[in-house]
Amino acid sequence: MSGTKTTYNDKVVRQFAVMTVIWGIVGMLVGVIIAAQLVWPELNIGWLHFGRLRALHTNAVIFAFGGSALFATSYWVVQRTNHTRLWGGPLVPFTFWGWQVVIVLAAITLPLGITQAKEYAELEWPIDILITLVWVSYAVVFFGTIAKRTVSHIYVANWFFGAFIIAVALLHLVNSAAVPITLTKSYSAYSGVQDAMIQWWYGHNAVGFFLTAGFLGMMYYFVPKQAGRPVYSYRLSVVHFWALIFTYMWAGPHHLHYTALPDWTQSVGMVFSLILLAPSWGGMINGIMTLSGAWHKLRDDPILKFLITSLSFYGMSTFEGPMMAIKTVNALSHYTDWTVGHVHSGALGWVAMVSIGSIYYLLPKLFGKTEMYSTKLVTTHFWIATIGTVLYIASMWIAGVMQGLMWRAVNADGTLAYSFVESVKGSYPFWAIRWLGGVLFLSGMLIMAYNMFKTMAGGKIEDVPVNLPVAHHA
Amino acid sequence: MESIYLLIPVSVILVFGIAVAFWWSVRSGQFDDLEGPGFKVLMDEDLPLSEKPASDVGDSSKV
Repeated sequence: MSGTKTTYNDKVVRQFAVMTVIWGIVGMLVGVIIAAQLVWPELNIGWLHFGRLRALHTNAVIFAFGGSALFATSYWVVQRTNHTRLWGGPLVPFTFWGWQVVIVLAAITLPLGITQAKEYAELEWPIDILITLVWVSYAVVFFGTIAKRTVSHIYVANWFFGAFIIAVALLHLVNSAAVPITLTKSYSAYSGVQDAMIQWWYGHNAVGFFLTAGFLGMMYYFVPKQAGRPVYSYRLSVVHFWALIFTYMWAGPHHLHYTALPDWTQSVGMVFSLILLAPSWGGMINGIMTLSGAWHKLRDDPILKFLITSLSFYGMSTFEGPMMAIKTVNALSHYTDWTVGHVHSGALGWVAMVSIGSIYYLLPKLFGKTEMYSTKLVTTHFWIATIGTVLYIASMWIAGVMQGLMWRAVNADGTLAYSFVESVKGSYPFWAIRWLGGVLFLSGMLIMAYNMFKTMAGGKIEDVPVNLPVAHHA
Repeated sequence: MESIYLLIPVSVILVFGIAVAFWWSVRSGQFDDLEGPGFKVLMDEDLPLSEKPASDVGDSSKV
């Protein structure tokens, strides 16, 4: 291919990378608002009350922030590792603009109360159809690019991205099946406990594939690149991939412990959740040990700090998750803020930090610079984000365990020792700390946005020619 | 538990799909070299065009 003018399509990567930061700020701001509403209930005004904004927060951070980060990094990685330009012509910009329209529609419909009332799948049927179109285009672009690769080996990161794309398509189609009544109202194709089972089969696999497999793909490219070292064990990364996708699908019922779901189904969910510890920790160790022998790089490289810290949080939350899936532990943790803390250990510590690190890696390269405008500000962002995450998780652990213990405490005569509202009252200080943690994390994103715009200013946007595979010259 | 009648077949089909993908990847030699790919990914240049020497454009042979 030497001498030809084939270039990488970095325009779409640039668009998604910038929107990752923008949507990150929006989604986390909504998170800070709803955290404040729990501490100061008078902030629940009109349409903008907790019940409606909560869904907006989850959709914005997962699909707008996380989704944009996944699009940006997967489009970068699939081109670089396969030594070819993104395939798909007009489908490529369609995935960007289509996804932005989905996000804007979510931001309009959710505060209006237009919802399917399925957690993480709240959007009504017309938006679901648009999501399907965008997602199928994404799959066509991604796998089309892999099909026209100029190297024979498909780098492991692509396997994770590919699995994420296919699994999310399947989950979305099954869970969003609904009977439309009007343009803005539909009823789920399933009912009762069947609906609950389908919903959490979707819900937990959304965590597993949207929030784990995709971001592991990110990890397997950006950690080695930023560290300048090959992944600790490429062999382990391949085993990690196949082990994870063969075992993931059945962890969902742990969301329905002690409900109307048959007991055996709950137990199956618990066992599969416990099995997941093995591949998760395999991947975590593989990522962190990539720095083996080069730990000094962590000292002054804030991007690497983000990436390696994200893996530590990934390890923590993938230990905590299976533990909470054990029924006896779940009897204490279910419905408490411990669950919220666990989710944010994964969401802030793992998903957000690995995305932020990867986007910091990409931004200078996308805008013709050698490094970010200010490395100091990246370091500041890292520490603010880490302190914010720790405050968030620790306060929710304490609040959650306290709530669980208060709800189950009984007097000698068998009556409940505490009323529900007493546990609410006891939670206030911890909700305030959680809010503070969220404010810190959001501040970090604002610093990132400033740094990003400064890096973009005066940057040269040039098409980069596709690199020849190394092996051809070896 | 009628939802199981949907979810189990979906999972079985999926596992077959994954097994086929695994079979293909092993047969087509994807995993013949489990050391090299880790190094190769580091050898790509992704510096912007303007940062490269003119003679090096579109060629990574200098790595």
